[in-house]
Amino acid sequence: MNKLNRNIPGMKKLVYLAIALFMIGVVSSSFSIISEKKDNYTLMPKDSIGSAKAFMSVYKVLMSARCMNCHPSGESPLQGDDNHIHTMNVKRGVDGKGVYSARCSNCHQPENTAGLHMPPGNPKWGIPPANMRMVFQGRTPRQLALQLLDPKQNGGRTKAQLIDHMAKDDLVGWAWHPGDGRTLPPMTRSAFVSQVRLWISKGAYAPGEKAK
Amino acid sequence: MITISVNGQPHEVDADPNMPLLWAIRDILGLTGTKYGCGAAQCGACTIHLNGEAVRSCVTKLGRASGQQIVTIEGLSAHNNHPLQLAWNELDVPQCGYCQSGQLMSAAVLLRENSNPTDQDIDDAMSGNICRCGTYQRIRAAIHKAAQLQREMVKI
Repeated sequence: MNKLNRNIPGMKKLVYLAIALFMIGVVSSSFSIISEKKDNYTLMPKDSIGSAKAFMSVYKVLMSARCMNCHPSGESPLQGDDNHIHTMNVKRGVDGKGVYSARCSNCHQPENTAGLHMPPGNPKWGIPPANMRMVFQGRTPRQLALQLLDPKQNGGRTKAQLIDHMAKDDLVGWAWHPGDGRTLPPMTRSAFVSQVRLWISKGAYAPGEKAK
Repeated sequence: MITISVNGQPHEVDADPNMPLLWAIRDILGLTGTKYGCGAAQCGACTIHLNGEAVRSCVTKLGRASGQQIVTIEGLSAHNNHPLQLAWNELDVPQCGYCQSGQLMSAAVLLRENSNPTDQDIDDAMSGNICRCGTYQRIRAAIHKAAQLQREMVKI
């Protein structure tokens, strides 16, 4: 009995220690969940050369027809591997979904229509809206990198949201399932997203003025 | 069985949901005012209204129209007296007439959204409707005329 009484202060210490360790565990694990949600990339040591090199791979994809055709410099989307102006000269409209009786979804269905030269489709088919034009066409690598990083020009996205957009957005993903007869971007989506992540992880550097 | 509402009437259609809506409208419901032109959403002859939008029925699957409101040229007005139909008659717009129901359905969306369209507005709205007879000038004039008629009707 006496022995037991003598051990009570020690027991209390052990209990307090266990509670403290438990609390630290809970708090730190909840932080790590928040951190994963907020930052879907790991910060690496800054590397301007490696970062800009990764962006050059990203740039090749963004300037491929499947991506650039819906990020035109003018008010009409583009078509084909030669990036010609969309037949019927359809217009962007305020919301990027066309105008009047020439709305995108009037022809573009929620999915690709089968067959060569048939309208491709996606539930969100459209181009960027008039107040956030997100132009790719004609941008140099440096211009496009800076534009993508600027929330005022990228749809208000943080770097983590930019990665999410590239990795998960269904309409972006259409580029890799473009329907019959359309060429694919120059790398797989997962390879593309890896390069986007590398670009940002290494410091999100824009390539130099002369990079092509 | 797919339920669609066409010109205010509900219809039960026993057909593959992947079938073009145009097939159901013409071959099952017998509403042949809507025309088949290209089958690839390139010409506009098959334009109908799906929930008020000028949709190309040749590439729209029947399943997309399930439970939705469809209006065809037969339902554009109760007595063929939509301002566009009156203007079309007055200016004798059609030549062969094949594309005209699609032209009218597209123009109706334009006029609903813009009561006083400019030539540019008309071009932007109507460039997806092709006319092999080349009646474009009369179409444009008739849309201006219909816009005027529509504004006068509103005043009355």
